[in-house]
Amino acid sequence: MSAVVHWAALAPLLALVGSIVNAFFGRSMKEPLPGIIASVAVAAGFVLAVLAFIGLQGSDHGVQVTLWRYLTAGTLHLDAGFMIDRLSVTMMLIITGVGLLIHIYSIGYMHGDDGNSRYFAELNLFVAAMLVLVMADSFPLMFIGWEGVGVCSYLLIGFWYRDRANPDAGRKAFIVNRVGDVGFLLAMFLTFKTFGTLNIAAVNAAAPGMLYGSAVLTVIGLFYLLGAAGKSAQLPLQVWLPDAMAGPTPVSALIHAATMVTAGVYLIARVGAVYAMAPAAASTVAWVGGLTAFVAAFAAFGQTDIKKILAYSTISQVGYMIAAVGVGAYWVGIFHVLTHAFFKALLFLSAGSVIHALGGEQDVRKMGGLGRKMKLTGTTALIATLAISGVPFLSGFFSKDAILSSTLTSSLMAGNGGNALYILLLITAGMTAAYMFRWYHRVFAGESRLDAHAAAHLHESPRSMTWPLAILALGSVVVGYLGLPEFAFPNFIQRWLEPATTAVDFNHLAASTDWLLIGLSVLVVAIGLGVGWWVYEVRKGAPVAAFKDSNLASASRGALGFDALYRILFLASGEGVAEGIATLDREVVDRGLAAGGAGVGLLGRLATAIQSGFVRAYALAMLLGVLALIAVAALTGVLK
Amino acid sequence: MVPTPYYIALSALLMTIGSVGVLTRRSAIMVFLSVELMLNAANLAIVAFARQWSVSGAQTALSGQAAVFIILAIAAAEVAVGLGILVTIFRNRVSTDVDELSEVRL
Repeated sequence: MSAVVHWAALAPLLALVGSIVNAFFGRSMKEPLPGIIASVAVAAGFVLAVLAFIGLQGSDHGVQVTLWRYLTAGTLHLDAGFMIDRLSVTMMLIITGVGLLIHIYSIGYMHGDDGNSRYFAELNLFVAAMLVLVMADSFPLMFIGWEGVGVCSYLLIGFWYRDRANPDAGRKAFIVNRVGDVGFLLAMFLTFKTFGTLNIAAVNAAAPGMLYGSAVLTVIGLFYLLGAAGKSAQLPLQVWLPDAMAGPTPVSALIHAATMVTAGVYLIARVGAVYAMAPAAASTVAWVGGLTAFVAAFAAFGQTDIKKILAYSTISQVGYMIAAVGVGAYWVGIFHVLTHAFFKALLFLSAGSVIHALGGEQDVRKMGGLGRKMKLTGTTALIATLAISGVPFLSGFFSKDAILSSTLTSSLMAGNGGNALYILLLITAGMTAAYMFRWYHRVFAGESRLDAHAAAHLHESPRSMTWPLAILALGSVVVGYLGLPEFAFPNFIQRWLEPATTAVDFNHLAASTDWLLIGLSVLVVAIGLGVGWWVYEVRKGAPVAAFKDSNLASASRGALGFDALYRILFLASGEGVAEGIATLDREVVDRGLAAGGAGVGLLGRLATAIQSGFVRAYALAMLLGVLALIAVAALTGVLK
Repeated sequence: MVPTPYYIALSALLMTIGSVGVLTRRSAIMVFLSVELMLNAANLAIVAFARQWSVSGAQTALSGQAAVFIILAIAAAEVAVGLGILVTIFRNRVSTDVDELSEVRL
């Protein structure tokens, strides 16, 4: 093992330095310098990650880099330490690699914005926090990164803070994430109580020695799931992600598609040993993922905002990943994180290119036919659409197929409805193909519905934006080949990740069954795309118009009413409590204090009457006082 | 030798005159003068007692006389400061009527 692996520990520091430079000196710099500084910082991190990747080729074990001990309390010792192993290096490559492309894209996208340097400072800070999250060797340090990305997400969602809706969306994301964070904290407390340590590797080493299926492991697993559900926008905490689209589009691509929302997947993959001993918790994870995938795919049909469709799609795809790590197929989950990072970042950046070209328009009803005017954006968006739909030979096909087959064969899902989960995810795959076809067709194909002003303004985006699109499009095609179906082909990503993750037993299917499953998923995708094509291309959207007022359509538009439900449950009751406290404050506290103040004022006015200001009156008072003292002394004999 | 009670009686008389002066006079100069009178009444009482103790006792009691010197010195210093203030007040207001000096109150 070479020393280069250790250097990877510098990656978060580099991004942090980039952030600090931009935060303190960025305002006086001329564009595009802040963007270049930020991109260089991330590029350096990418180089370190690549070096670590090369350095780890020959070794199954990772490198532990302990920097310093920052807390000692009783038997609890907390070190600032990084775990650079195959799993964390994979995440680092995604974060810095896709992150670099998005940074470069942002130089073009954020051109001329007042907050240019602030944007890059926050984006770099996000990369630093995300790297800390994935590299941490202990839960508390991971939690620091976890909160760090939450803060950056909050800051960047509300980046254009002059429009009130944006910071409100940021606040919503932050508050919903708090619920998940409580789960993470409780899980940490229980972990420490059970294992006596918060070091991730130590917990994973100790977990197999625990009682299989014990209640405490199940509860720990469920609390980590709650944490993951908050960060990864899974049921029932998924409501913040669609609103998070208020941020700049590259932020949606980096934070709310490629990296931060996959933190929950990473967390569950990291504590795989706990879930391997708690099948009830693991299958709950899988079902939460599966149901989220389905519900979000359903909601994606009803959206008309170009980014919100993608947001629900992200929730749905992260649901697939959560399902994969839930059934114990950790390499599969991370593989889908990888492929999704490419095609979803590409979808968002294509959407950003469209929004940029149309001067801020986000309603797909006012788009259409853009592929003819924006050839490169249209082509890359088509590649990404086909990749996420699961069309054969593109990346999404390989990773989604691996997820589907692992739900059927996982030993953790035996007796926990693995077959039902498979069917649910298969149906969702068909829905994915259909709603993504709708997205592509509404924006890039069909007749143009632009208004005259937007049509005149229409232009292809600058080069710093189109180049990242092209590279991501290439990635959306080729990264899938890292994980060819493992029963018939060499599978690089499985061999690469298996030493760093927990081994879970999977049943082996006959090769013919495997081929059958692949054929089935291709068929479902073809049906999904075919339905989309028939509805939007052949019938010009007529079936949708007839369908518009049905309960199903309005349920999809409202995303099954989670937001409305939470508004009643939490916002209304919270407002009631706040109203009560406000009344109490006004009627009791304020009035009491006002009365007390008035009383003191009265005393004060009485006291001022004595202070006449006449020196001779004071002298008389002194004289009388002295006489009184003398009298007291004489009568009581104190002086003797 | 004059008996001590005589001195004390004179001291009490001076103190009373001084007190009445402070209370009744409105001119700051006269108030000041009366204060000095009271100080000297106290001084007189102190030296009278000091003499009585040194005559009747075996040792000479100098502490009383020393105290008087300290009081005289402090009184001189006080006069210097006080008169300075008075001069300033007079320059500003062309009056030293203490009843008019009541601005500091609310």
